[in-house]
Amino acid sequence: MFDDRYTLAFKLYPYTRSADQDVDSAVRHPVVVVGGGPIGLATALDLGRQGIPVVVLDDHEGIGMGSRAICFAKRTLEIADRYGCGAPMRDKGVVWNLGKVFQDAEQVYEFNLLPEEGHRNPAFINLQQPYFEKFLFEQICAEQEKGAPIQIRGKNRVDAVDAQDDHVVLDVMTPDGPYQLEADWVIGCDGASSPLRNMLGLDFEGRVFQDSFLIADIKMKSTEFPTERWFWFEPYFKSGASTLLHKQPDDVWRVDFQIGWDVDRKEELKEENIRARLDAMLGEDVEYDIVWSSIYTFQCRRMENFRKGRVIFAGDAAHQVSPFGARGANSGMQDVDNLGWKLGLVLAGKAPESLIDSYNEERAYGADENILNSTRSTDFITPKSKISHTFRNAVLNLAKTQEFARPLVNSGRLSLPCTYDGLSLNGEDALTGGPSRTRVGSPCPDAPLSEGFLLDQMGDGFILLTIDTDAPDSFEDDGITVSRLALSASDDPTGVLSERYLGDAKSAVYLIRPDQHVTARWDRFDSDALRQALRTACGKG
Amino acid sequence: MGHLITKPNIETPDAFYSDLIKLHEGLTDDESEALNAKLILVLSNHIGDTKVLREAFELCKG
Ligand SMILES: Cc1cc2nc3c(=O)[nH]c(=O)nc-3n(C[C@H](O)[C@H](O)[C@H](O)COP(=O)(O)OP(=O)(O)OC[C@H]3O[C@@H](n4cnc5c(N)ncnc54)[C@H](O)[C@@H]3O)c2cc1C
Repeated sequence: MFDDRYTLAFKLYPYTRSADQDVDSAVRHPVVVVGGGPIGLATALDLGRQGIPVVVLDDHEGIGMGSRAICFAKRTLEIADRYGCGAPMRDKGVVWNLGKVFQDAEQVYEFNLLPEEGHRNPAFINLQQPYFEKFLFEQICAEQEKGAPIQIRGKNRVDAVDAQDDHVVLDVMTPDGPYQLEADWVIGCDGASSPLRNMLGLDFEGRVFQDSFLIADIKMKSTEFPTERWFWFEPYFKSGASTLLHKQPDDVWRVDFQIGWDVDRKEELKEENIRARLDAMLGEDVEYDIVWSSIYTFQCRRMENFRKGRVIFAGDAAHQVSPFGARGANSGMQDVDNLGWKLGLVLAGKAPESLIDSYNEERAYGADENILNSTRSTDFITPKSKISHTFRNAVLNLAKTQEFARPLVNSGRLSLPCTYDGLSLNGEDALTGGPSRTRVGSPCPDAPLSEGFLLDQMGDGFILLTIDTDAPDSFEDDGITVSRLALSASDDPTGVLSERYLGDAKSAVYLIRPDQHVTARWDRFDSDALRQALRTACGKG
Repeated sequence: MGHLITKPNIETPDAFYSDLIKLHEGLTDDESEALNAKLILVLSNHIGDTKVLREAFELCKG
């Protein structure tokens, strides 16, 4: 039998029998991705766009109902732009800037995110996760038409794994029965309860938070609420110890009630009980439909090593955070961005296999930062002891009148990509007077150009960004090409480019990785220095 | 003679807050209360300026 574990929002890749099922011995593929959630789809897109044959196995035939993630951050949109599907996300997504924090019946304060100028993308958008996945899928289809060797196999469930030194054997179950597949590399994107991780007996340690949250996504029928984020601590309407109200596209609102640890899930999820909470909050006369509801609990944890030989883990399978701060899918997208080019170079024989270890080094570092941030938000929202509760409420109380207390209020921090400070692939930082935000290891911040934006110009390979200085148009070492992007400070009359990339320097040369992280910088071109930095960035020491 | 600073003055507020809560980890309510009292005395001595301290007292009473 082949039962769905969840209902589908979009049926996108119905099961069809593959030729691999009709042969006697297992067919070998370069890359098999296990799991077709956002992270698996993005992985397929990244590799497929490089011309690497990739097979995605998912145990369903499309995208699950229910939103889960709603906040997608700027860095995620930038990655999506590189893949060609940022625009539909931006068009569909809701942009918001104003947030209000309440305690009981009183407003504690309000804040405006005041988005920084000079970026193509907003700080983040609200968009239902199924749409996000659908846009990735549609881009996969567009790439397939252009010849990208991507296959997605619905109702293909991985039931067993045999990890050899130089390949992996997978037992796959389908509605037509089982078959075997081999892969040079397997990417495990099978979610927080990753069967793949469990089958390999790998650890997933961390902290369990003893609280549950009831989500209701509701479609308003009568009232219009403003496009703002409202967060209540200990709300007067008593529908939860905290409550979040946040707008999504299609007039849908996310309401998230903190309901405590010992709850009767079945009872709480009855429509009349959800409505009782909602009515207390919204008032009896507000009419709405419940689009989706769910109860979730969470943990903050990660695998000790995201790589086990030829099996690599990404997304929730590798790390899990609390939803506060929206660092789940957003950080998974950074995993994909990080892994894609590295695996591409290794498969093409242009970099040693050990380059893949830097994926673990960099993304585990990122996961630790995300876990730290989301743990802090969670501790503030759900205090664990009496004294912690006392401090929390003192902060809220002071924040009503005292400016100093406002930065301490933590109902979730913006998801930002991390800077790989001091990690192995970094080259030299030799730009005297260069800005700190573009130091070696940083993700490149966007900047406006006379036409379009900086990040649009970067493409998918290594880039040598020169500002007001000379360099060859292209540079090659050991089969890897670096293309020059020649700019002048005057290309951006607003001065943002110069502020973000020159600082006090007169000229600059940046070596930028395919995932748009700075890997070395100087004030002028030097071919030996560039060669050395490129080798370091590709794991060749 | 200064004034009480009421603008944000801590560079990494989240790290500070988390250290503060960690300081109390594993303590009983009484122990926490005693620790807080000591903290107030230590910080007051650091501030020294009784005018500033009085401003703080007033602010918190209000
Ligand atoms: C309430 C809530 C709110 C959230 N809000 C946000 C937010 O605002 N922003 C954000 O960035 N993140 C948010 N997240 C986190 C986000 O939803 C996850 O990080 C994201 O879904 C992870 O994607 P994934 O592809 O790694 O895993 P998943 O989405 O879990 O996908 C795993 C896939 O693998 C498949 N699979 C599983 N086992 C097998 C098998 N044996 N064989 C084949 N396929 C298999 C599954 O069917 C599924 O399709 C939120 C999460 C929750 C619960």
